[in-house]
Amino acid sequence: MKQKRRERIDRGIKVRSDDIFALTSYREFLYVSVPPVAPIILLLALPLILPLYWQKVLITTAVFAILALSWDFLVTVGMVSLGQALFFGVGAYLAGYFDLRFGLPIWTTIPLATLMGGLISAILLLPVLRLRGVYFSMVTLVLPLMFERTIEATGWLGGTEGLTGLKSFSNIWVECYLIVIVLLLVFFGFRRLVTTDYGLVLKAINNNDRAVMSGGINIYWMKAQALFITGSIGAFCGAFMTHVYMFVGMPVFALDYSILPLASAVVGGMGSFAGSLLGAFILVPLSEALRGIGGLRTVIYAISLVVFIVAIPEGIFHYVQRKYQQFERWATVDN
Amino acid sequence: MLEVTIIYGFINSIILALIALGFSLTFGISGVSNFAYGAMYIMAGYAVWIMINMLGLPFILAAILAVILTSLFGLALYRFVLLRVRGMVISEVIATFGVGLAILELFRYLGFTGFEYTLPVFTDGSVVIGDTYIDHQRLWIVGIGISLAIGLYLFTRYTKTGLAFRGIAQDEKTALSLGINSDRVAGLSVAFGSGLAAIAAILILPRGTISVNEGYDVLINAMAVCIIGGLGSTVGVIVASFMIGYAQMITDAFSGPHWKMIVSLVAILIILLVKPSGLFGKQKELEERI
Repeated sequence: MKQKRRERIDRGIKVRSDDIFALTSYREFLYVSVPPVAPIILLLALPLILPLYWQKVLITTAVFAILALSWDFLVTVGMVSLGQALFFGVGAYLAGYFDLRFGLPIWTTIPLATLMGGLISAILLLPVLRLRGVYFSMVTLVLPLMFERTIEATGWLGGTEGLTGLKSFSNIWVECYLIVIVLLLVFFGFRRLVTTDYGLVLKAINNNDRAVMSGGINIYWMKAQALFITGSIGAFCGAFMTHVYMFVGMPVFALDYSILPLASAVVGGMGSFAGSLLGAFILVPLSEALRGIGGLRTVIYAISLVVFIVAIPEGIFHYVQRKYQQFERWATVDN
Repeated sequence: MLEVTIIYGFINSIILALIALGFSLTFGISGVSNFAYGAMYIMAGYAVWIMINMLGLPFILAAILAVILTSLFGLALYRFVLLRVRGMVISEVIATFGVGLAILELFRYLGFTGFEYTLPVFTDGSVVIGDTYIDHQRLWIVGIGISLAIGLYLFTRYTKTGLAFRGIAQDEKTALSLGINSDRVAGLSVAFGSGLAAIAAILILPRGTISVNEGYDVLINAMAVCIIGGLGSTVGVIVASFMIGYAQMITDAFSGPHWKMIVSLVAILIILLVKPSGLFGKQKELEERI
């Protein structure tokens, strides 16, 4: 009986320009160079062309994109965090505290908060590293909520009022370009990192931790380092936003900061970093456009999260990538 | 003071056990994630409220209907969401958490907050033990909580369905080869767990108003009890609830209610540090540790 099935074949231009790497025409050159160069040019140009309100949106989007990238990085190592808000919130409060308590300048508080935030997050999560499965998700889900409750109940760090009157950046261009450049650094840095030997070990921990252990590598130490990297990046976002808003309060531990990066990474597609970036740049501006519906936004994120993870687990990016690299045709097969 | 702490600590422990039973049945005993558990708890509460105050049904009927509806919702959750991502732990967690989040935030958006959202108590009145007043609702909680815990213990040991629940968690392929339809059993387990969440909600919620935030607290407490007790152990759930229950009461009595919230978290971290598979967890001791 003859049946039809769809087969996918790499495009000729991909084989020539990507695999064999024999660039003989502008077309092939552009085929290779546009995907990585386009986001750089776009991101650097966006602050120049956007009006003030959308510049602010760009800042938020970039922050969520960085959080999504760091979430994606943790997943590469096999740790699924349900609480990026933990990293974000720790960094935000640290920056606020340093500013208010010691009066440090902005260019000191942010690096300090970044490093210490990563350290604190890694230490807090150390006990969970010895376990596989869902424990990590559970504890990361619990921690930010607990921080929020503690601050609310004890009134430490300003309690429900938060810390106000913090220093701000000198102007919006500094804010925009700082976060965009960090976003690009984090994005390309992660993409580079996972292809190095170090990244290979991290990926191997996800695939088969025992094999890595029997290779004589201390996986707890590696996981702790991965946590530190993620924690630092999350803390940087928090510290940055603290100085943008000139305020830090309990909302930094809100579920938004956990769920939006997660939703971005899942909608965009996990595992490639480009997916997380794409996802954040779809979801956050979309939510800004839907600002009118208020609380329903979280519902929409949650539903899109479920729909994508159940129905389209590969995400948007991988779909686009496939279309870019391969074509499909119907082939008849005998069976 | 001591007497009050002891008695209310006991009641608090039973409440924790009641909250954790359903989560433990689904996640601990059958190995299926259900992070929408807190949302189901709150949903059952609002369902009863709507049926009583908007549809005018009697309380008993509303309660029974709520339990059935929540179980059916659990079954639907399994059939349409979990079944498709079964076995991929990450996806299971994210998908169920997303569903729970959507439900809870939807209730918040619809404005289901305020003092009028309360459920009626079973019977009014109170009894006195020593110098301590205890209202009837808390006695109901203790009675039903204990019988449910015993029921669950017997159910997972002496009935075919209960044994199948434990079977699919231990080794799904072997369970399949012994004629257990693991998809059906896992679906049943989610449904039973959801039903238990509804029962817990109907018993516990009359103590105060129904609030969306409690959905997150319920999930956290249930997780804490499950992790500390060890997965797959009913005895562990009971012991862990008593430990956390009394620890919460004692911190409440001696250092103020501020610290009550942090007890479960500290307990989770300590237990993961000292004995990662929980106090009574044997089932997957080797696979979960690295």
